[in-house]
Amino acid sequence: MCLGVPGRIVRLVEEEGLQMGDVDFGGAVRRVCLAYVPDAAEGDYAVIHAGFAISLVDAAEAERTLSLLNDAFGEDLSAVNPSPDTENR
Amino acid sequence: MKYVDEFRDAELARGLVAEIRRTVTRPWTIMEVCGGQTHTILRYGLDELLPAEVTLAHGPGCPVCVTPIELIDQAITLALQPQITLCSFGDMLRVPGSAHNLFAARAAGADVRVVYSPLDALDLARREPARQVVFFAVGFETTAPTTAMAVWRAAQLQVPNFSVLMAHVRVPPAMEAILSSPDNRVQGFLAAGHVCTVMGLDEYLPLVRRFRVPIVVTGFEPIDLLHGVAMCIRQLEDGRADLENQYARSVRVEGNVDAQQLMHEMFAAVDRRWRGLDTLAQSALVLRERYAVYDAARRFALPQQAVTEPSECHAGEVLRGLLKPPGCPAFGTRCTPERPLGAPMVSTEGTCAAYFRAGRQPEAIR
Repeated sequence: MCLGVPGRIVRLVEEEGLQMGDVDFGGAVRRVCLAYVPDAAEGDYAVIHAGFAISLVDAAEAERTLSLLNDAFGEDLSAVNPSPDTENR
Repeated sequence: MKYVDEFRDAELARGLVAEIRRTVTRPWTIMEVCGGQTHTILRYGLDELLPAEVTLAHGPGCPVCVTPIELIDQAITLALQPQITLCSFGDMLRVPGSAHNLFAARAAGADVRVVYSPLDALDLARREPARQVVFFAVGFETTAPTTAMAVWRAAQLQVPNFSVLMAHVRVPPAMEAILSSPDNRVQGFLAAGHVCTVMGLDEYLPLVRRFRVPIVVTGFEPIDLLHGVAMCIRQLEDGRADLENQYARSVRVEGNVDAQQLMHEMFAAVDRRWRGLDTLAQSALVLRERYAVYDAARRFALPQQAVTEPSECHAGEVLRGLLKPPGCPAFGTRCTPERPLGAPMVSTEGTCAAYFRAGRQPEAIR
């Protein structure tokens, strides 16, 4: 129920005074309400729940979490365990 | 997909599991609060990757599962009225009331529709002015702002044929009830990342202090959950009880202030009985008096009546993290998603459904 999916805002539109926008979820585009993320701009990623953006994804924080984890656990294993994604490409 | 794939990386998962193994020295029980987190854990088998010392207890974070049976009966009563169109999220339709569910009501001719957003229900009311459109508003603080906006828009646009049956509940009172229970086993929490995205961190500090329990606000992808477990185990092993934020890419300390403001404008907190958890103080949200005209329970003068749960269902113990579904005598035999005894087997976020879908066997035949 509290499912939230990150998507990219591709267009801002106003509907009768309500801030809405089109959000791209890896190819599927859906109209959502952006009233709770007043700073949203086209190109931003937002977490979408029940047709509403509940937050803008903080790219710097995402990067910080990933680099912390990659520094701690990523590199020493990568040589012995190449991820299936890279093998297939 | 960006911000999804990176957080499903197998190599990072192995690294985090190794880190947890290095850190842990004795048994710990950690509860993930949200049903979405439970489903990630079961879907990826994260519980089976963890060392034997770490037990994940699954929390009450499935709003459909904790909605009291009498509210579901009220929704069915409304749906069966010929002038009413009842809208809700898909999960609500299959949850058993005392006699049947909303799907059965639909089969009997009721106009019951699944919506993606409460605003879709409002749009429907505007398109069909001759019908009374009722949105059955279920969900935690993540979802409550979407209902708040729909009612606020209904007032602004003067839509007279729209109302809501309020079933929104708050997470902190449930965590407090679990920690206060004499049979509590939970030593640390992974708090629900999207609830905190809306509400921020403030509400959780009193729990951390009063119960000296570590709380790590955690996201929903496998890496998020393993990272949350690693952070929580680190605190427990260090003898600390702090409030930490694993899901900083979505959760700000202050939460979503715009959403909180509209919720505060529209809703007040009241006591409510939860399925499986008894009555919890200040745990439910209702419309404030000035928006009472949009309250379906008042508009249609619904009677309040207490209903008893089917006795064979152990949902209460499952929802408090005391019993894992395979330990229930009915799991997978007399209780399945097709023929559920209780809500946790129905909802896509229910703990019993998560175990069933992951192919876990009842303990009796293992």
